Amino acid sequence: MTSPLEQKKIKVTGPVVVTANRATDGAVVYRRADGRWTTRLDAAAVVTNAAGAQELMSGAIADDLGAVGPYVAPVKLLPGGHVRPGNLRELIRLGGPTIELPGAFVGEHAPEELAAHVRL
Amino acid sequence: MYVYDAFDRTLVTERVAEFRDQVGRRLSGELTEDEFKPLRLMNGVYLQLHAYMLRTAIPYGTLSSEQLRMLAHIARKYDRGYGHFTTRQNIQYHWIKLAELPDAMADLASVGMHGMQTSGNVVRNITTDQWAGVAPDEIEDPRLWAELIRQHVTLHPEFSFMPRKFKIAVGSSSHDRAALRTHDLALRLHRDGSGELGFEVMVGGGLGRTPFLAQTIKPFLAKRDVLSYVEAILRTYNQFGRRDNIYKARIKILVHELGPEAFAKEVDAEWQSIKDGALALDAAAIGEIAARFHYPAYQRLDDNPPELAAARRADRGFEAWMSNSVANHKVAGYAIVTLSLKPEGGTPGDATAVQMDAIADLADRYSFGEIRVGHEQNLTLPHVAQRDLSALWRELDAIGVATPNVNFISDIISCPGLDYCSLANARSIPIAQEITRRFRNLDLQRDLGRLHVNISGCINACGHHHVGHIGILGVEKNGEEFYQITLGGKADENATLGTLIGPAVPYAQVADVVEDIAAAYLELRTRPDELFIDTVKRTGVEPFRERVYAAR
Repeated sequence: MTSPLEQKKIKVTGPVVVTANRATDGAVVYRRADGRWTTRLDAAAVVTNAAGAQELMSGAIADDLGAVGPYVAPVKLLPGGHVRPGNLRELIRLGGPTIELPGAFVGEHAPEELAAHVRL
Repeated sequence: MYVYDAFDRTLVTERVAEFRDQVGRRLSGELTEDEFKPLRLMNGVYLQLHAYMLRTAIPYGTLSSEQLRMLAHIARKYDRGYGHFTTRQNIQYHWIKLAELPDAMADLASVGMHGMQTSGNVVRNITTDQWAGVAPDEIEDPRLWAELIRQHVTLHPEFSFMPRKFKIAVGSSSHDRAALRTHDLALRLHRDGSGELGFEVMVGGGLGRTPFLAQTIKPFLAKRDVLSYVEAILRTYNQFGRRDNIYKARIKILVHELGPEAFAKEVDAEWQSIKDGALALDAAAIGEIAARFHYPAYQRLDDNPPELAAARRADRGFEAWMSNSVANHKVAGYAIVTLSLKPEGGTPGDATAVQMDAIADLADRYSFGEIRVGHEQNLTLPHVAQRDLSALWRELDAIGVATPNVNFISDIISCPGLDYCSLANARSIPIAQEITRRFRNLDLQRDLGRLHVNISGCINACGHHHVGHIGILGVEKNGEEFYQITLGGKADENATLGTLIGPAVPYAQVADVVEDIAAAYLELRTRPDELFIDTVKRTGVEPFRERVYAAR
């Protein structure tokens, strides 16, 4: 099996994180600088070049039992050190569906921007 | 209902034990994700945006009340209190935890249910008309044939690693309620000139990136030959289907590239070598399956009992529901009832555990304990005595499944889209919800008449957008959600693919565009009973295109 690292070269044009789904329950997780996973995007390791992303990916791929399907995702950096998802897909992964669920579920870490997508 | 035998029960129980072992080895690190993924997919376990998803098969869309109660239990105990009924008559749970999956599957197995062949390159759940066995225009219950094929292809080693997934549908009515021509293989039971019953065989249908409608390769196939001919088609596909390119791997590409005649010749050559062998069906084999389908002990009742007529006169709400959601039954005094899972502002196809439990109880009291799932993502109670309709309506209304919008503009087919799906490019559900809000006026919906809106959040077309009267396809452009609009698609016996009307429109404008299209139709139709789809056929899409883009 070809590893994701060999499948394509990582291109980085701005701040990125490495994200995946936790193996036990599929929850969205982010790679931290200390080599652990977190569900908090603010706690994720943010890198801005391919070498940094490659290093995070290497650690993520090696931790197959912790999380699956790691990939590099764009983020936006806000003043105060806050990190926000770089696109709608990542926003939804972080915050949960943009619709009201029958169980009235609200994503654990739903960012404020998600509210703008909730209703047309 | 089909009643499983000891063989079926052993099969699903053994599969649970096998899967429990596999999950245990995955969680202990003995199996990598690369090793585990094909194993979980064989049991319908996907990994979506936020969590694992379990797809559970509902063979030909038929459920007992006991099974529906179990589906409610799974939603409540292992998920977040709801499930999503799909266009393939299955149910999906979107928030399942890996460690709990073996227990969930064991619970499902206790009522004969499982996730086998709801994923992977195998024959998927065989679908049919949700009115099977009760529709007045039906020749014969098509589920018997779906069940025969289901048994033959379940875990069949030769068909466990096909080039791509394979979807089969079986129909037997003059009106196609199973979207036959959108399937890889469709069988339509009909009579030939001499009155003999047999199947029209259609192959090579499929939506997705390259949509095709299935083409007839055999106008009449005798019943005895169904299994051998299906086997010959699967073998031909297995041999010639492309495995080098996932986008060209479906049988539709093979049929298109070879041409239906050449494909039929290949099938026929294969078939000649097996048609008189072990797969030839005799009356005893067919009878054995038929005997396991148990039908209700209907009472002798009259159509239109006086209490029904009185209730219709007394309550406008009941009358509206009667004329929309209740259909004629083949047995006098009974009716087929559609339960709308499309309330205003709701998610198409979602049902809560509370609703599922309540519907199971109502099925026991009013429909001989039987429920159906339709590909339009609604449920059906197939055997309701007409005298009970008024009482049933009140109870359905109380749990929010009696919106009288069946086949109307708010009865939308929608995939989960970017709110759940890792393949999606754009959201589907909020678009559907907004359209239902814009058209909340039921008088307007009735005036618009039959009008199917189908929405997909990506090119894979799980929301059947190509065959929607109005089709909506989400695409991503420079990080923004845009939607292509097609008009004139149909999934019935006159199946047609829709025509793109122009450039994609942004997320915030989709509901406006649908309103424009509806307004244009009201102006363009020649008389109130000219259906939307007939107006589009008569005028083409041009007047609609002008209306939509004039102001944009």
